[in-house]
Amino acid sequence: MSKVVVVTSGKGGVGKTTTSASFATGLAIRGHKTAVIDFDVGLRNLDLIMGCERRVVYDFVNVINGEASLKQALIRDKAHNNLFILPASQTRDKDAFTIEGVGKVIDELRESFDYIICDSPAGIEKGAMMALYFADEALIVTNPEVSSVRDSDRILGLLGAKSKRAEEDLEPIKEHLVVTRYSASRVETGEMLTIEDIQELLGIDLLAVIPESGAVLHASNAGVPVVRDEVSNSGQAYQDLVSRFLGEDLPMRFLDTKKKSFLKRLFGT
Amino acid sequence: MMSILDYLTRRRKKTASVAKERLQLILSREHATDSGPDYLPALQKELLAVISKYTHIDLDDIKINLEKDGDCEILELNIALPEKQNEVA
Ligand SMILES: Nc1ncnc2c1ncn2[C@@H]1O[C@H](COP(=O)(O)OP(=O)(O)OP(=O)(O)O)[C@@H](O)[C@H]1O
Ligand SMILES: [Mg+2]
Repeated sequence: MSKVVVVTSGKGGVGKTTTSASFATGLAIRGHKTAVIDFDVGLRNLDLIMGCERRVVYDFVNVINGEASLKQALIRDKAHNNLFILPASQTRDKDAFTIEGVGKVIDELRESFDYIICDSPAGIEKGAMMALYFADEALIVTNPEVSSVRDSDRILGLLGAKSKRAEEDLEPIKEHLVVTRYSASRVETGEMLTIEDIQELLGIDLLAVIPESGAVLHASNAGVPVVRDEVSNSGQAYQDLVSRFLGEDLPMRFLDTKKKSFLKRLFGT
Repeated sequence: MMSILDYLTRRRKKTASVAKERLQLILSREHATDSGPDYLPALQKELLAVISKYTHIDLDDIKINLEKDGDCEILELNIALPEKQNEVA
């Protein structure tokens, strides 16, 4: 049974693409055949984070318009042969996104993939709505900051009202909270919302907390998703995210400053 | 896994220069596409599709460049063919 998982947030720049890349790569490392789709038409970025930007020939919109087959457009990851990337189009024709068009591509992907990860653009326009429409599960990426939490709440409302599952009265989308760019020291000084605060406000299950980390910048420079940087705290936090998503019961890590400064001393992250 | 780890730790200080190289390549490719004739993106795609139909070539081995020489535009296509020509079934 294939699963479609949307990575969404409402607010821009909170870590959706970083999370999509590491989540998809982590699932592939665990042996699951995974496709990750960039829904950010006009602002393609997932290819850079996955390190396959020079191998893009066809894109998602080409497939929808019948200008290329899915097989031609999917880019196989260099390090994991069960991981594929479907890049966004750089042209601005967002109108290509119709429920029928996107639905056909998702259905075809469902035939051969275990997981289909949809990297949503920011906002609540067409691209974002299409990314969440077909979802079975959702990762709600949230920063510990007021506007991000409010936008996440907004997106939760849309998942519950405007998705296929909502419209067809099926079992609701399973929602998971992913708090990223978490800074333990700023939480301790009272500058930043705590994990408990965010959970209480949004009322969904916490899947993972990803600390703010310099390793994320290095990973995007190199085009290697940070989950593969096993010595970094954020890489380990993404590995935990994948394990918990697959059903393992692991304690949350990197929530207090002690552990972070210990890692800092060791690895300079 | 070890090699990636090595890669990331060893190169930690130098990842910015890797980023710059990657960006220079991809931006020049995108600019060439933007400034060229309208049919250029489609032409590039179809060329690449044809090439990959006959050889198992990695797209990284194909370099496309659009240059202006006076009034003339030159589309340069540089393909590094694999040593053994293995045909696609
Ligand atoms: N845990 C982290 N620690 C430090 N920096 C991070 C972390 N997560 C993401 N970032 C940085 O935040 C910026 C935005 O990340 P990303 O592109 O993943 O967000 P996004 O939600 O996909 O953005 P958009 O809404 O524009 O699509 C990037 O510069 C990224 O490197
Ligand atoms: Mg993004």
